[in-house]
Amino acid sequence: MSDGITATAEAQANTALDLTTLSVREANRALQSAKGGAFRLLNPGGKHALACGLSQPVSVSIEGHAGYYCAGMNQRAEVTVHGNAGTGLAENIMSGTVRVTGDASQSAGATGHGGLVVIAGNASARCGISMKGVDIVVGGDVGHMSAFMAQAGNLVVLGDAGPDLGDSIYEARLFVRGAVARLGTDCVEKEMRAEHLDLLRDLLARAGMQADPAEFRRYGSARRLYHFKVDNAGAY
Amino acid sequence: MNDQSNAPRGEPGNGAPRTTPVKSAIFDDYTLSEIRRAAATGLYDIRGGGAKRALPHFDDLLFLGASVSRYPLEGYREACGTDVTIGARHAETPLHLKTPITIAGMSFGSLSAQAKEALGRGANAAGTSTTTGDGGMTPEEREHSNLLVYQLLPSRYGMNPDDLRKADAIEVVVGQGAKPGGGGMLLGQKIGARVAEMRTLPEGIDQRSACRHPDWTGPDDLEIKIGELREITGWRVPIYIKVGASRPYYDVALAVKAGADAVVLDGMQGGTAATQTVFIEHVGIPILAAIRPAVQALKDLGMHRQVQLIVSGGIRNGADVAKALALGADAVSIGTAALVALGDNDPRWEDEYRRLGTTAGAYDDWHEGADPAGITTQDPALAARLDPVAAGRRLANYLAVMTLELQTIARACGKSHVHNLEPEDLVALTVESAAMAGVPLAGTDWIPGRTG
Repeated sequence: MSDGITATAEAQANTALDLTTLSVREANRALQSAKGGAFRLLNPGGKHALACGLSQPVSVSIEGHAGYYCAGMNQRAEVTVHGNAGTGLAENIMSGTVRVTGDASQSAGATGHGGLVVIAGNASARCGISMKGVDIVVGGDVGHMSAFMAQAGNLVVLGDAGPDLGDSIYEARLFVRGAVARLGTDCVEKEMRAEHLDLLRDLLARAGMQADPAEFRRYGSARRLYHFKVDNAGAY
Repeated sequence: MNDQSNAPRGEPGNGAPRTTPVKSAIFDDYTLSEIRRAAATGLYDIRGGGAKRALPHFDDLLFLGASVSRYPLEGYREACGTDVTIGARHAETPLHLKTPITIAGMSFGSLSAQAKEALGRGANAAGTSTTTGDGGMTPEEREHSNLLVYQLLPSRYGMNPDDLRKADAIEVVVGQGAKPGGGGMLLGQKIGARVAEMRTLPEGIDQRSACRHPDWTGPDDLEIKIGELREITGWRVPIYIKVGASRPYYDVALAVKAGADAVVLDGMQGGTAATQTVFIEHVGIPILAAIRPAVQALKDLGMHRQVQLIVSGGIRNGADVAKALALGADAVSIGTAALVALGDNDPRWEDEYRRLGTTAGAYDDWHEGADPAGITTQDPALAARLDPVAAGRRLANYLAVMTLELQTIARACGKSHVHNLEPEDLVALTVESAAMAGVPLAGTDWIPGRTG
């Protein structure tokens, strides 16, 4: 499902940072202190915390696999991983865009407050856990407990969703094109209205994904657990 | 009642003595009232604060003082240092505190803005740090605290990299003493508009936050997570790991392995804004039982005094601080005691406590947001009762008294710095406390479980 990823950063990349000679700290310091411009991160080798804590509108192309927490807490920057990403991709992202051409491991986009995360392949368990406003678009499938306690934002899945999707969800919106193995506690299917089709069309366009919004179903909170009631105790 | 054969059992007639009514030791008045309350409501009891039951505590320990075999320092004259540096293991800018008494994590949301400001003012005057809580950092608390520790909690409510970079230290909260293994709780009454916005939640809902971090599980992941936090903050500030006291030896050892600069160890007496009473009273261990295993873990790894140990949970006075330090801690944290210094549970509000069905000293329905003292509330009218300048001054006074008490004991033991206090300065009054603290029962050389 990598057809949706479009080249953004690499076309204009002009500064190469080679992790065979630079430490992660040195590379991150260069990226974090830049006010703008484009960078290529060469030989990432699955190292952790690559391009994390960026706060300026820089463009970063990671040319290989990234480890844990790649582009963590991103603000304004455009980061693209040309490969797979480990646990916690773009965790707590605030703004900007993080793209992965391959698959992402657990907790992709966890607790993200804003911005856009695009995973061309599959995402593992807990994709979008506790998301707080981020938009996440996954070209393939998502694993179990995705959007657990999701508070705000949108999760779009072009493939299937694993068990317990949207467990204990708050106000986030979930759009899934394929099958949902099982909905989590207090997560229900909701009517897809025109406004949701428009929202979904925009999300797909921004992610660069080709899909018909009419093929998706929408899920969200039944809001039964917002206040504790003894008669709902069995649901916890 | 002349016909004895009709008298009920236990009520002999004709003036025979009656036995005193006996209430059950296990079905006491509180227990009976809790069963009736549960039966009526179908809800478990929720409250603030820490364990209220009697537990082995610092009161069960005594200092020996100096005499012929060792000599004391002059009180008021000879220097007795109280400063502590936290976080020099990896951080470029560790925290330098003038007193080893810090203010524990308490959120805006659980506390009013005035209470948070007062904590900052008091801590500043004493030269120590305050700590944020679940819900993020407010601009006001950053402004009012010279040294502010920013908590990274499982919920990540209000987690913002800009605030992270403004923090003087970061505390990765794994657990707390009142509820090791439990997440946060803030009920609808306190989720006002500003708190709801900070936490990205609908206004007025019951908020039950996660008990596990969303992006790491286990110590190996935590090590990588700490690496990320250091990368984001440029390896500048110390990173603490906070755990509730349960398995202190292994938790502290794994925190060190994960790269912590300091470990915060919170006993079951440590307060919480709100959680289930059954959790507070039945999960976790007292701080007295947790310090020695934690210190042993640090020593076994060659990290005692390299990775600072900050202990909390029931610290009330300078003697408690001195005993915690003598057992090997580098510093302590206070939460409940700091709130009391601000004005929590003050008898001046007794009439209002009565109307809430409680009494000064017992008020613990902090989650309901109706605090007469204006501290554990988001009600603007109640919160306005607390003057942050005057309350901050009271906290500063209290911290000064505790620090002087700590020095008094240290000098009496002949120590020129409070960190020179040691287990050898202590004896225990009970077999239980002797075993937990690893010091001899007074008048003996018996440490249960270690000797004899």
